[in-house]
Amino acid sequence: MAHIERPISPHLSVYKLTLTMAMSIIHRATGIALYVGTLLLVWWLLATASGPSAYATFQGFIGSWFGRLILFGYTWALMHHLLGGMRHFVWDLGYGFGPTEREWLTRAALVGSISLTIMLWIIAYMVGGLR
Amino acid sequence: MSSAKSSIRTPLGRVRGLGSAGAGTGDFWRQRLTAIAMALLIIPAIIIVMMMLGRNHAAAQQILGSTSVALVLMLFTIASVWHMKIGMQVVIEDYVHDERLKLVSIIANNFFSVAVALSAIYAILKLSFGV
Repeated sequence: MAHIERPISPHLSVYKLTLTMAMSIIHRATGIALYVGTLLLVWWLLATASGPSAYATFQGFIGSWFGRLILFGYTWALMHHLLGGMRHFVWDLGYGFGPTEREWLTRAALVGSISLTIMLWIIAYMVGGLR
Repeated sequence: MSSAKSSIRTPLGRVRGLGSAGAGTGDFWRQRLTAIAMALLIIPAIIIVMMMLGRNHAAAQQILGSTSVALVLMLFTIASVWHMKIGMQVVIEDYVHDERLKLVSIIANNFFSVAVALSAIYAILKLSFGV
């Protein structure tokens, strides 16, 4: 059969990157990061269940600058995925598709996730500092 | 559409609730159900993490082993692992085009998710029953 040159649909690279597009990619990326991050959750729980020395190893890691950096990133990924998910719920219910609404929702999720992350860490340092 | 002619069921009746995959919208529904569960559980989950900050092993053991904390953490574990398993499968189906590699990836995703869930729940139960 003769090869027929058919028109192909343009892929992502032909479009200008918009904020909603970037946020869609970030939603996926944070989801994947949280997937891997569950290993940290499992380590925390298993270490506590195992005994003082395993717990000390975990605390040593999570208390280090590298551990805190990972935990900070994890906090932001969680907050961003949470707010991004709320945005998807609004869309699932059929609202917020207009040009101004969707931009507003996208910005709100981004500003919200950064604010929540910083707020949580301020509270964490205040709570941790009291002990 | 030969089957449509040989069946007395209407075309709408046959596809209703199944969708193009033939398996229905179960994953779509569960992805949202687990998302709602986590959106509700995130507040107690954050409070639990805050309670843990700066604690020694004995205190951590006591907090994680208490009934309400253990229940919240187990519910959160089930919701998050289920959610991430579905999410990762979507990512795999989107980007892994080689059939064999796709199958292996989906199997690995299932194994990883079950291992994470079981490890976390085992640790929580061990802390609860103090064995």
